[in-house]
Amino acid sequence: MTTLDHTRTVSAVTPVTDNYLTHTRGFLSWAMTLDHKRIGIMYMVSVLTSFFVGGVFALLVRTELLTPGQTIPGVTADLYNHFFTLHGAIMVFLVIIPSIPAALGNFVLPIMLGAKDVAFPKLNLFSYYLWIVGALCVVASLVLGSFDTGWTFYTPYSTRTSAGGVVPVLLGVFILGFSSIFTGMNFIVTIHKLRPPGMTWFRMPLFLWATYATAIIQVLATPVLAITLLLVVVERVTHIGIFDPQWGGDPVLYQHFFWFYSHPAVYIMILPAMGIVSELIAVHSHRHIFGYRFIAFSSVAIAIFGFLVWGHHMFTSGQSPLMNTVFSAITFSVSIPSAIKVFNWLATLYKGSISLNTPMLYALSFIVLFSIGGLTGIHLGALAVDIHLHDTYFVVAHFHYVMMGSALIAMIGGLHHWWPKMTGRMYNENWGRLACVLIFIGFNVTFFTQFLLGSQGMPRRYYDYQPMYQTYHVVSTMGSYLMAIGFGITATYLVHSLFRGKRAPANPWGGRSLEWQCSSPPPHDNFAVTPRVGDCYDFSVIEWDEREQGYVVRRDKDPELRGHHATGQAGTAGGH
Amino acid sequence: MTTIPAHDSGNHADDGSGHGSGHHDHASMPWLKHHFDTPAQQFESSKLGMWLFLATEVLFFGGLFVWYAVLRSLHPEVFTYAAGYLDTVLGGINTCVLILSSLTMALAVRFAQTDNRRGLIICLVLTFAGAVGFLVIKKIEYEHKWHEHLLWGSRFYEVPPGHHGDEHAAHGAAVADAAHASAAPTPPAVDAAVPAAPLGAAAAVAAATGDSATPPVEATVIKRAPGGPSGVVAGVTDEGAPVESHSHGPVMRTGAHLEDPALPPNTHLFFGVYFAMTGLHAIHVIVGMIVIGWLIVGSIRGQFSSQYYTPVDLVGLYWHIVDLIWIFLFPLFYIIH
Repeated sequence: MTTLDHTRTVSAVTPVTDNYLTHTRGFLSWAMTLDHKRIGIMYMVSVLTSFFVGGVFALLVRTELLTPGQTIPGVTADLYNHFFTLHGAIMVFLVIIPSIPAALGNFVLPIMLGAKDVAFPKLNLFSYYLWIVGALCVVASLVLGSFDTGWTFYTPYSTRTSAGGVVPVLLGVFILGFSSIFTGMNFIVTIHKLRPPGMTWFRMPLFLWATYATAIIQVLATPVLAITLLLVVVERVTHIGIFDPQWGGDPVLYQHFFWFYSHPAVYIMILPAMGIVSELIAVHSHRHIFGYRFIAFSSVAIAIFGFLVWGHHMFTSGQSPLMNTVFSAITFSVSIPSAIKVFNWLATLYKGSISLNTPMLYALSFIVLFSIGGLTGIHLGALAVDIHLHDTYFVVAHFHYVMMGSALIAMIGGLHHWWPKMTGRMYNENWGRLACVLIFIGFNVTFFTQFLLGSQGMPRRYYDYQPMYQTYHVVSTMGSYLMAIGFGITATYLVHSLFRGKRAPANPWGGRSLEWQCSSPPPHDNFAVTPRVGDCYDFSVIEWDEREQGYVVRRDKDPELRGHHATGQAGTAGGH
Repeated sequence: MTTIPAHDSGNHADDGSGHGSGHHDHASMPWLKHHFDTPAQQFESSKLGMWLFLATEVLFFGGLFVWYAVLRSLHPEVFTYAAGYLDTVLGGINTCVLILSSLTMALAVRFAQTDNRRGLIICLVLTFAGAVGFLVIKKIEYEHKWHEHLLWGSRFYEVPPGHHGDEHAAHGAAVADAAHASAAPTPPAVDAAVPAAPLGAAAAVAAATGDSATPPVEATVIKRAPGGPSGVVAGVTDEGAPVESHSHGPVMRTGAHLEDPALPPNTHLFFGVYFAMTGLHAIHVIVGMIVIGWLIVGSIRGQFSSQYYTPVDLVGLYWHIVDLIWIFLFPLFYIIH
């Protein structure tokens, strides 16, 4: 079969006029949709909106810290506490945790897998509405007096603070937790049961492995957070005596419960990001991923280790020295699977034919930022060093490198990577590259400075500080403005592309996984015919097609796919 | 690792026309969702999803079980003491009720598989009745605790209305202000500097005794019966003459807890964890009633058959875990001795 034949069959199988966006129309067709792609898009819009709100609070915090004492008129120390709390809670619970699994994962996972939908479409829509209810609870909390507990809700402060919005936000996070649990359940069952013939475990794209490992954490860790926050509410309202020492409770028990979830939650954030980067690196360097099984198993290993390290958040909480030592040792061991991934990505790049597209720039940024974030995690995991660095800006910088510099950067990289697939439009590459560079520089200016601040002793969450720290704070704030500009540019060209962007081909980057084999945007049912699965990292059969302005799979070059032609499947080659 | 059932992949191989909405399998089986190829695939997916949900339930309760373990290791005396206020007989009856309802639920699944609609409906109704019975008995227990202020937090230290301890509270209130700063009925072991005793009458009672580290002691004291938890409560004064006796029937120790010199500090914690765990369990029983009721409606309408009994099977799994959690709760609270 010739390439020309192939492109014709593609458009015959998936006419551009009928895709998931145009399949049905009207508000209700979206609000009541069971299509994983539409649910993914709704998540994406919601998450990006929350990202904007959380970003505004971040800028308020950074601006307030420009000078010691009050900077913004009217922002008291008390109000500042609300600002950083809202920034943290919104970014963690409304943005980063749902961003990749729920938004990108929902859109991409079933298509990558070759399935028509997730296993439980109604549950999927239900978890989206749970997310909405959770978000509304956060809004209600804002109306009722907000909360100033920090995103960690540490007791006994959270059970005693006079801020009026503590109970609604705790219930909100409780509900968001169940949204996350149901998404995770859906993904696990989808990956177990809805793989089409030929999609064996070790043929799955690495993003699916990462999402699978993430889903396991979501299902197993989140219920503990849910019951914990529920107990904080009960403690606050009825003084049941679990976390508040005034009533015989144990605040350190709260910390154990909280971090038993919230440390694995860090891996809920980072694992799917690593999955995205595995895809981005391989596709945009047009080279077979190096060490597929190592990357796949390291995702699972990180998920398992993630459950065993929560105590490293509590080195200064009065744990026994033995427990501290054990937690410290296990914490160090997490660096092994993490490093395996980084080295495999670097080996994939080696001698690859690298296209410096926007998604690739984000992937490369990820490697740099994650390396810094991960390596500074070793500083914090070391017992003696942590005593000095605990609760300083060093910690703030470290987790921003991991949560924002890695998780969010990968999310935005993935958003660019799958943007043509989701919207059917290409964005402006040059603006994309510029924005990525601005964000990368702005990020490092903001947060690398905070490593210096923290190592010199600046405590986190402080409203006021010694004048000696001011230079660093000013530099850090300038970096945050630079990032804001970068994100502003990104938002502008992405929205612009929706209306004026070039039509996207089915496969603009040369990807091999199944989502690139259906049209952009995909049809309502994803695949008219259950696709046949090849090696999704074998790019030797991918060729640029001038007519299509995109890449196509040369089926005749792949012995595995060619084999099926003989069985008479060639006529519907598009989906295979 | 699970794979697609064998007959499923066969379906793919010879079904070149795809399996869209017009697929004949889907037309003859309206309950088969469009994105599944075969009933087996749909059934196994639903079942795996349910097992995952049960795993989250176990972890959800797991937090409470950890709390229980921590409390019991910190305050073993509170547990051995306070368990005496629980009614082992009622708890035991409830355990039997739940186990029987699990049996009827399992039979319901069996009847659904064998197309025995009558048996299915009867068993589901019996299961529902078991849930109702459990909650009624639970309500009797809760009501008693509520009435006697055997409750969580500050309520534990309020003297029950109409109880003769009221005058002590009134007496204590007079001196409460003087002792306000130091007296809290819960010994603040960790946070000794916590200001403001948070209680009303309870604080007063504690203040009257003048010692925050020991339970309130009054001049006339009702001591615990040596007989143990659920037996007769024999009130004995300091002089040793019996002054009060509650007996007969499923007797629970009533009301006198604040005057018991054996009352360990922090006893309210037991009732905190008791109400948290049994309360959350009761919520799960109520949810179970809702879904079983939905199954009853469905089975009367004839929606389930040996071809399609997934909902019955899944609700059965859910009901068994609710039962299982109670089987852990019962010995952990009722039969500590």
